[in-house]
Amino acid sequence: MNFTSLDLQLLNTCAALLLLVSFAMLSQRRIVSLVNLLALQGTLLCAATLLLAWRTGQHHLYLSAALTLALKVVGLPWLLHRLIRRLEVYWDTEPLINMPGAMLVGLVTVVFAFGLAQPIAELASTATRNAIGIAVAVILLAFITMITRRKAMSQVVGFLSMENGLFFGAMSATYGMPMVVELGVALDVLVAVLVLGIFFFQIREQFDSLDLHHLESLREDQ
Amino acid sequence: MEFAVLLATPLGGSMLLALWGHRRRAAEINVALSLVTFLAATALTARVIGEGNLLTGRDQFFIDPFNVFLVALTAFVGLTTAIFSRPYMRVEIEHGRLNAHRLRLYHSMYQLFMAMMLVALTSNNLGLLWVAMEAATLSTVLLVTLYRTPASLEAGWKYFILCGVGIAQALFGTILLYFAAEKVLGAEGVRALLWTDLAAVKGELEPTVLSLAFVFLLVGYGTKVGLAPLHNWLPDAHAEGPTPVSAVLSGLLLNVAIYAVVRCKVLVEGSLQSSLPSNMLMGFGLLSVVLAAFFLWRQRDIKRLFAYSSIEHMGIVTFAFGMGGAVANFAALLHMTVHSLTKSAIFFAVGHAAQKAGSQRMEDIRGLLAMNPTIGWGLMLGSLAILGVPPFGVFASEFLILTTAMKQQPWATPILLVALGVAFAAIFGRVQSMVYGEATGRRLPHQPALLPVFAHLALVLLLGLYIPPYLAEWYRAAARMIGGG
Repeated sequence: MNFTSLDLQLLNTCAALLLLVSFAMLSQRRIVSLVNLLALQGTLLCAATLLLAWRTGQHHLYLSAALTLALKVVGLPWLLHRLIRRLEVYWDTEPLINMPGAMLVGLVTVVFAFGLAQPIAELASTATRNAIGIAVAVILLAFITMITRRKAMSQVVGFLSMENGLFFGAMSATYGMPMVVELGVALDVLVAVLVLGIFFFQIREQFDSLDLHHLESLREDQ
Repeated sequence: MEFAVLLATPLGGSMLLALWGHRRRAAEINVALSLVTFLAATALTARVIGEGNLLTGRDQFFIDPFNVFLVALTAFVGLTTAIFSRPYMRVEIEHGRLNAHRLRLYHSMYQLFMAMMLVALTSNNLGLLWVAMEAATLSTVLLVTLYRTPASLEAGWKYFILCGVGIAQALFGTILLYFAAEKVLGAEGVRALLWTDLAAVKGELEPTVLSLAFVFLLVGYGTKVGLAPLHNWLPDAHAEGPTPVSAVLSGLLLNVAIYAVVRCKVLVEGSLQSSLPSNMLMGFGLLSVVLAAFFLWRQRDIKRLFAYSSIEHMGIVTFAFGMGGAVANFAALLHMTVHSLTKSAIFFAVGHAAQKAGSQRMEDIRGLLAMNPTIGWGLMLGSLAILGVPPFGVFASEFLILTTAMKQQPWATPILLVALGVAFAAIFGRVQSMVYGEATGRRLPHQPALLPVFAHLALVLLLGLYIPPYLAEWYRAAARMIGGG
């Protein structure tokens, strides 16, 4: 494990770009662009994994990078683009918090995330430990994206972005999870998106829209 | 051998039923597959009782007293639910709420769901446990939306998103656990997530990381248990899905989720030497009991009523595991068993009652005893059992939990007693008005299968009166293993 300062700089650049993409997702209202940002996030994740695999010589990371490439850069965005075209949902409506507000909340979240990651980063022995804070921030930002959106499609993109953050967290803290687990998680994510695809058509058939305000009728006293 | 059959039957069965489609006898195949699974679980149980713990599949699977009793319970309730669902689903088709194509989805996903719960229970790898839990959620999302009504779609969406986010937290917790384990067990192997290996070195795991991991794991798996304030998905998913799905969600999935929490608690407690995990479990448990008891009063839908009752009982179990110690753990395990049996029996009776009345609203359901005495008595006895009336098993476990609470956590006893009283009044009043009165319902086109209701209630009664010694020994071994207190 001989990291040159150039490698570390490259890795940190990847991490910083990941965070930037998360912020872009928070403010993007065009759903096609949102999916493209998700693919970009996957690409960055894949690049970071490859760099780590090359520098640490851990072979399972190559597999993990290939998995990311196949699933998160190619597979899922393709599937989502197809769904968008078939369902004709191109724009999200105004989110619950307006853009400047969301950015402010996002900034506070990043500070909180670094605070949360501090004790873990101190104990980590990996060269990438500084990126753990960023991984936590990506997870939390994706969470905010999910809760402030009204269209089912944007919520799903938020969900997948959260999954990306989790993978990046696992990678920067421990150089990835055991292969069995990574494969299982990837399979689950794929199945989740397929299930959601079916689900979207059901919602659409029933309400003629993918706007989630139709799904607010179940209350406690019914 | 038994173990391979146990997992392969529902997995292969799910594919078989997907291919079989809506040809005749699909429901009978579903019952037969569940029967084979149950027989395999019985054989496995007998073997574990005889030979002790079992480690198999390159150490990826592990059977000990704690999970083997849940495996047997899961396979049993899976079988009885399959028997119940055969006539139930036929009636639904005749009433026009379902068509044959959806029945194919139902049968296939039912078997997949059983398979994933069994994998989650027997997995020794905490990562695989997570994967199986997520897969169990995904296989039930489409079951909750089986009727395709607006309300069921909403319930399904809520279920997917809330449990998806929840379970993502659990994945982060698992990553943190791996992070701590890797320092002790070494990064090279895939062994760093194996529960047996972790339990052997739990004293050396880094406490700060583990306490952080436990918070995420508890919030994550706790969402699936339906602990307040993360319970919002549960009443909707139970009320809007078909009744057999409500029965297995309430009777089995919640148990599996609580199993995951307890497995993690054992590790974290071993590392921390503090009462943080216990206090968190007790806090969440008590909050769930109290909130659910008061929400019970506001329900008008019969399945939502019993869904809130499940939240209440999961709260009691979580609280008991939080107290820890041999007696509380024993009581919690017993409570998991009797709740699972009673609640699925109640859902069976409720399902047919709602079919007869043509509505799930409690004001529309009247005179069950006059209309169909078996359904009426099933609902009445089931409700009495779940409310903790002696001599049913729920009384025994609740009594043990309350007396232990009086010794270990006296402050919590009055809160628990008040909540139980409030729940009693809420449920008993409603059930009484549904059971008595004049008959108003319609005849069902198929004879309901009510044998499972009384089989479950008989077992609960038996557990209340007399726990067979080998079963008691089994619970005690599991309770010792969980430790704490």
